[in-house]
Amino acid sequence: MNDVIKYFILFFALILAQIVVFNNILFFGYINPLLYILFVIIYPLKKDRGVFLLLSFLLGLGIDFFVNSGGINAAALLFIAYIRLPLLKGLLNKNEIDFPVFDVNKLPFLKLISFIAILTFTHHFIVFNLEYFKLGAIFTVLYRTFLTSIFTIILIIFSLLLMNRGK
Amino acid sequence: MQQIVNFIIKYKYFLFFLLLEFVAIIFTIQSHSYHKSKFVNSANFITGGIHKRVNSFKEFTYLKVYNEQLLEENTRLKNILSQRLNDSIENSIEVIDTVKYFQKYSYLFAKVIHNQYHNKYNYLTIDKGSRNGVQPDQGIINSKGIIGITNSVSNNYATVLSILNENSKINVRLKNSYYFGSLSWDGDDYNILQLIDLPIQANITKGDTIITGGKSTIFPEGIPVGTILDFTKENNAYQHINIKLFNDMSAIGPVSIINNFDKAEINVLENRVSNE
Repeated sequence: MNDVIKYFILFFALILAQIVVFNNILFFGYINPLLYILFVIIYPLKKDRGVFLLLSFLLGLGIDFFVNSGGINAAALLFIAYIRLPLLKGLLNKNEIDFPVFDVNKLPFLKLISFIAILTFTHHFIVFNLEYFKLGAIFTVLYRTFLTSIFTIILIIFSLLLMNRGK
Repeated sequence: MQQIVNFIIKYKYFLFFLLLEFVAIIFTIQSHSYHKSKFVNSANFITGGIHKRVNSFKEFTYLKVYNEQLLEENTRLKNILSQRLNDSIENSIEVIDTVKYFQKYSYLFAKVIHNQYHNKYNYLTIDKGSRNGVQPDQGIINSKGIIGITNSVSNNYATVLSILNENSKINVRLKNSYYFGSLSWDGDDYNILQLIDLPIQANITKGDTIITGGKSTIFPEGIPVGTILDFTKENNAYQHINIKLFNDMSAIGPVSIINNFDKAEINVLENRVSNE
């Protein structure tokens, strides 16, 4: 399938899935996994970085429009989109980042997990910090970040497995 | 000059990132302030439409609760009506006094199509907009109490600043005395709100009923809010008066939008006073 169409569909599918399904889950009354960050994880590395940053921003803003949260999700998603490349460079050896054929699914399992975990924690930490917007609420923020991240990471791994089997 | 161009080319992604991040932060700060007609809101054609679709499925699971709510309200209104009937029989001389027919409020039916209660700044979306006469700053209630105030309005949808929002401050008073305070929320439990600025002279006990104060043009006086759950006294002032709502904020379906006919008149008058 044409790559442009594929990621175009993924973009809207993730927004819809987040709004229709994952924002209504409410584990323990308040935990909603934020699956839409999957976009940053599977968007190919070889594509133009400017377009990638813009798309991440728009995806986050799309979510914000639905939940009336201003620019919280846009800011957080854009941030992890920007740190993705430096993070990969830090995690992997030089010869492992082979831009044209780079594929997240081919990463060694431990490195894949740490890659996903770091991005998820960073993203959730920014989201909840911007939501509470107060230094005094740092423990609430950390608590919610931790709990929500666990669910998000599990869901992301499941979706990666599912997408792999689909190929 | 050459160096500046080189610098921009070298750091173009970083600069682009900073620019977009700046925009996002501006939107965030704007969303944290009490501000009407924000740019990012769910009262538009696309988001409203999708919320409406999703809600039409979710509605089924709550039909029983909504039916009971409506039944309760119907019974209450019928009781009031039957009392009125008796009154009019007692003074059976019929006088049509047009002064008494000045209606102050009208109510418009709406459905909540998106409900939030687990964030710190919560908003609801309803399926009526400017086409139905909805304006910003109108009160939203249901049979069990107050829900919020309309915020951004589009043609067919409107967002509602929920009482579960840090920016929400609503004038309320005790039912058994005229001392009033403000209703606010600390962001913890979605069925427990806080009453602040209540003077120490007011005698309160657990279980006292709180109703709206009618000091603003948004809510009429006497709409039920909740009961006092607990409170602490410190330094001769009330601290943390917790209010248990009559409403369950997690299950809200049919609501009424309040239109105050005197609003424009009152606002003009108040502006004139503040300008003098």
